[in-house]
Amino acid sequence: MLEYDIVVIGGGPAGLAAAIKAKDSGIESILVLEREVKLGGILNQCIHNGFGLHTFKEELTGPEYAQRFIDMVKERNISCKLNTMVLDITKDKVITAVNGDDGILVIKAKAIILAMGCRERPRGAINIPGSRSAGIYTAGTAQKFVNIDGYMPGREVVILGSGDIGLIMARRMTLEGAKVKAVVELMPYSSGLRRNIAQCLEDYNIPLKLSYTVIDIKGKERVEGVTIAQVDKNRKVIKGTEEYIPCDTLLLSVGLLPENELSRKASVELSKITGGPVVDDNLETNVDGIFACGNVLHVHDLVDFVTEESYHAGEEAALYVKGRIKEGKRVEIEVSNGVRYTVPKYVNPDNVDKLINIRFRVDITYKNVFVSVFFDQDLVMHIKKKVMAPGEMETVKLTKSLFESHKDVSKILITLEEE
Amino acid sequence: MEIRQLVCIGCPVGCSLKVELQDGKVIKVTGNSCKIGEQYGTNECTNPKRIVTSTVVVEGGEERVVSVKTENDIPKGKIFDIIEELKKTKVKAPVNIGDIIIKDVLGTGVNIRATKNNRKL
Repeated sequence: MLEYDIVVIGGGPAGLAAAIKAKDSGIESILVLEREVKLGGILNQCIHNGFGLHTFKEELTGPEYAQRFIDMVKERNISCKLNTMVLDITKDKVITAVNGDDGILVIKAKAIILAMGCRERPRGAINIPGSRSAGIYTAGTAQKFVNIDGYMPGREVVILGSGDIGLIMARRMTLEGAKVKAVVELMPYSSGLRRNIAQCLEDYNIPLKLSYTVIDIKGKERVEGVTIAQVDKNRKVIKGTEEYIPCDTLLLSVGLLPENELSRKASVELSKITGGPVVDDNLETNVDGIFACGNVLHVHDLVDFVTEESYHAGEEAALYVKGRIKEGKRVEIEVSNGVRYTVPKYVNPDNVDKLINIRFRVDITYKNVFVSVFFDQDLVMHIKKKVMAPGEMETVKLTKSLFESHKDVSKILITLEEE
Repeated sequence: MEIRQLVCIGCPVGCSLKVELQDGKVIKVTGNSCKIGEQYGTNECTNPKRIVTSTVVVEGGEERVVSVKTENDIPKGKIFDIIEELKKTKVKAPVNIGDIIIKDVLGTGVNIRATKNNRKL
């Protein structure tokens, strides 16, 4: 059995940043396991720009952002096994993996960092009626075909869902010569970034049909067209609004799901809302010594935030390996009135160094509301927000001094309040 | 006076900009939270520009294409012309990140650079 201090599962932006920080925090024995032939994860196919403004103060493309972290991993001589599929993790932190060179690998880790990322929600998860013809892909699959394999998956395209990948692919397919006939969104708002609606749809006159969905797919061998229809506020189809759009391709951009099959095997508790592990402010799960960061923890909008979070996970895993013991009590962060969840879910007040970032999302679009933070009955933060949308992750920073002035805090609440 | 409402594309925040124009000249940009927004608002109403990202075919490489970008923003009206140039272009592996793929594309003064490594197979 191989032994490492820290094993990182996944060599995408989260895993690379966590490994780098763990090494810089004094841990020598680190192994990164990656199932693809290359490090970098999904960034390798995200060839558009807009990455890294927070981290590097410049705008990079996905592959450029990834390469900076790959270089940092190489400079630090951190061991990586590529083409390696992790099959199992136990709560005693024994990892079983397989690859073509080593065969079956059994690895004992002192700490594990989960950084497996997320997957796209497929057609089967949203129950679109109609033919099961060729020409239906998730937006990310189409992105891989075009940007890595150099093939166009279709010529006349309808995109269901207006998440960022769908918006980016609307532009990408247009540039490559396809006609994108519509982006269809079930909700009355897009879950994508506002700038992507501007630069990916409006720039190319691609219609965004809000409160619409696909109700039928026609075509025996290949997609020949889709029927779309308007929905009411309960997302029920409004009769008489049906519209047939001839097309040969339907792309789905209908959400991302953290990929936690391995976490489940290790008895890691998962949140029903995020689909990711429930963690404390050290990004440690309910299983001692198993940490999580990046999109496996909760789906992020920006890789910069993934990097920041993953540095934190790497640092905390290093402290764990060095024998840090958590002292004091654990306080739960509760949410209400439009705030759907927080990451982390628990805070150990005695542990807070300078401050902790609490990330969260809201359930619908709000205008002119306040984000309020209560320590028990005490209102400690009251921040005005002009606009809040489900597509944009929010942050509140809780400082050490807040915890020092509320030594007996038993409950923290994050909520929205009207003016 | 003309007023245009824009969403800034300078960063993921996506500020709502209000640009006031008089006789085609920008007199005021509001709603931005940094200098990028002011410049974007001004440019967008006078000479809109974009960074273009795409791919070019690679011969003998580990992947069939390599990702590329315009190293600076180029006039929005030239996007499709530049894409046509990229479609005509073939490079030989190896390609390294930062390599110039096309110098001064279509006389814009902007180079096309590789954004990924593509090793020789």
